[in-house]
Amino acid sequence: MQNIWTIAKREFSNYFNSSIAYAIAFFILIFLGGYFVAYMVYLSSSSGFMMDTPDAWQVTGGLLATLLVFSLPFLTMRLVADEVRMGTMELLLTAPVRDYELVVGKWLGAFLFVLLLIAITLVFPFMLNQMVTPGIDQVLMLSGYLGLVLMAAAFLALGVGISALFNNQFAAAFVTLLALLFLWWFIGLPAFILPTGGEIFRYLSVGSHIQDNFATGSVNISNIVYLLSLTGLGLAIGTTAVEMRRWR
Amino acid sequence: MIRVNELTKTYGLRKAIDNLTFEARQGEILGFLGPNGAGKTTTMRILTGYMPPSSGEASIAGYDVVKESLEVRKRVGYLPETVPLYTDMTVFDYLKFMADLRHLPNAEERVEETLEMVRLLDRAEGYIGNLSKGMRQRVGLAQALLHRPEVLILDEPTIGLDPAQIIEVRNIIREVGKERTVMLSTHILSEAQQLCDRILIINKGKIVAEDTPENLQARLTGAERVQVRVRGETQDLAEKIAQMKGIQNVQSQGEGLIEFQFAPGQDLRPEVARLVVEAKYDLLEMRSINLSLEEIFLQLTRDDIPVPAETVPVNEE
Repeated sequence: MQNIWTIAKREFSNYFNSSIAYAIAFFILIFLGGYFVAYMVYLSSSSGFMMDTPDAWQVTGGLLATLLVFSLPFLTMRLVADEVRMGTMELLLTAPVRDYELVVGKWLGAFLFVLLLIAITLVFPFMLNQMVTPGIDQVLMLSGYLGLVLMAAAFLALGVGISALFNNQFAAAFVTLLALLFLWWFIGLPAFILPTGGEIFRYLSVGSHIQDNFATGSVNISNIVYLLSLTGLGLAIGTTAVEMRRWR
Repeated sequence: MIRVNELTKTYGLRKAIDNLTFEARQGEILGFLGPNGAGKTTTMRILTGYMPPSSGEASIAGYDVVKESLEVRKRVGYLPETVPLYTDMTVFDYLKFMADLRHLPNAEERVEETLEMVRLLDRAEGYIGNLSKGMRQRVGLAQALLHRPEVLILDEPTIGLDPAQIIEVRNIIREVGKERTVMLSTHILSEAQQLCDRILIINKGKIVAEDTPENLQARLTGAERVQVRVRGETQDLAEKIAQMKGIQNVQSQGEGLIEFQFAPGQDLRPEVARLVVEAKYDLLEMRSINLSLEEIFLQLTRDDIPVPAETVPVNEE
C-alpha cells in the first residue's frame, strides 16, 4: 500500500513537469470554456431561458467525455513505456516493490491528476447554476460526474496496461486511442443493426453506459460494475505485461 | 552471502550464462571480469531479481532470488550498467523517492548521510539532468547505498569517470566492502587487481578462472621475465645470454632491448648483469616484467576454447 502511494505521488507531481499534461489540460479547458460561452449565447439569443432548463451534461458533460476519450491516451502513454526507454525500469523492478504495486501506483498517479482536471471543470455547472432559475438538477449533475470519474478510471487503467506492453510511448498512445474509441463507440454499433441480441453490445459500450445511464441519472449497479471491471482488467494487463518483461 | 549454483540463462538458443557456480562471503569484494557479452550483466540481473534464470539457483543472504525475490531485493543495493535516473527530478527528490520505496525510517536524514558519503550534498537541490556523467554515477551509487544493503552489486561502477572520480568511487567501494559483500563487474583489470579480494574471470558465460589477484598472476605467469637495456647493438649479447644455463626464451627487441626468462625462485639477474658488463656493454637498465593481468585476461578469454588456468603454456621449449 505504501509503495503504491509513493509511486502515485511521484507520477502525480511528474504531470506538473510535463508539457504534454499542460497542453492537454489547456486543450480540454479551452474547448469546454468556448463551448460553454457559445451555448450561453445561443440560449440567450434564441428562445432564451424560458425553454427546458439545460442540464449540466448537455452543456459541458458530454463534450468533456469525448475530450477525455481523445486525451487520456496521451496522459498514460509514457507511464511504463518511458521507464523502459530511460532504463529506470531496471531500478523499479529490482526495488522491493511488487509488480502490481508498480502498475497500480502509476494508475493512481494518473487518476489523481485527471480527478483534479475534472474537478476544475465543475466551474461550468457551477456557473450554469447561477445563471438559470431555479438552478440545475444537482442529482443529474452528480450522476454525470460520477460517470466521468469512473470512465476516467477505466480508460486510464487500460492506458497503463497498454503502455506496459510497449517500449515506445507513441505506439502505446496510438493503440490506447484505438482501444478507447473501440470501447467508447464501435463496440456498441451491432446493437443498432442486429434485430435481436444487440443488448450485449450495448452493455459493452462505455459510451452507452455514460450517455444512457449516468447522463440521464438512471444509474444502476451494473453500470458501475462494468466500469470497475474494465479498470481491473487494465491493471491486470499492466501487471502481467510487467511480469512478462522479466521473462524476456 | 551470495551463493550461485549451476546458474544458466538462455536467450532463445544462445546461452548467456552457462552453468555458473560461485560464492561470495561477507566482507568480500568479488570482482567479476570478462569481455563485453560474457554474461556479467545477465548474472547480476538474475541476482538482483530483475529476471529469473532458465535453470539453476542463486541465493543472497539465504533467500532464493526467484522464490523470495522481495526479501532479496530488500537486502541488495544495485547499480545497473546504465545508471537509472529520472533526469527531471532533483538529486534529493530522486533519493527520497527510492528511500520511500524501501520504507526507510528518517528517509530525509538517510538521504543526506548518503549524499555526504558520495560527496554530492552540495548538489542535492540540482536537477539530475544537469549533472555530469561522474556525478550521475555517484547518484546511482548513492541510490544503491541508501538502505545500507548487506550485498552491493555494481555493474561497471567506474565506467566513463575521470581518473579523480574513479579513485573516489573506488575508495567508497573499499570502505563499504569492509563489512559488506560487494560484487562488481569491470573490464578494467587493474581495477579488479586493486579492489578485489577475489577475481572471477568469465568468458562466453563460463567461469574460466577464479582466484585472488596475486594467485591468478602467479599461477598463470609460471616464469620470471626480465628486460635488459644496453647501449648499442645487442645481437651477439643476446646469443651469449641465451647460452647461459637456466635462461629461456631470449628475445632481442632492437634498440638495445633484450628480454629473457628463467624459472621462478632461481634468480639469475646477477649472473646476467655480470655477463653484460664482462662483454663490455653499457648496462642501462634491468627490470622484471610480470605477465600483467591484462595478458592473463587476454589469454583466458581469447576466442573459442577457454584455457583452464592450469594448462596455460609456460614457454617450455
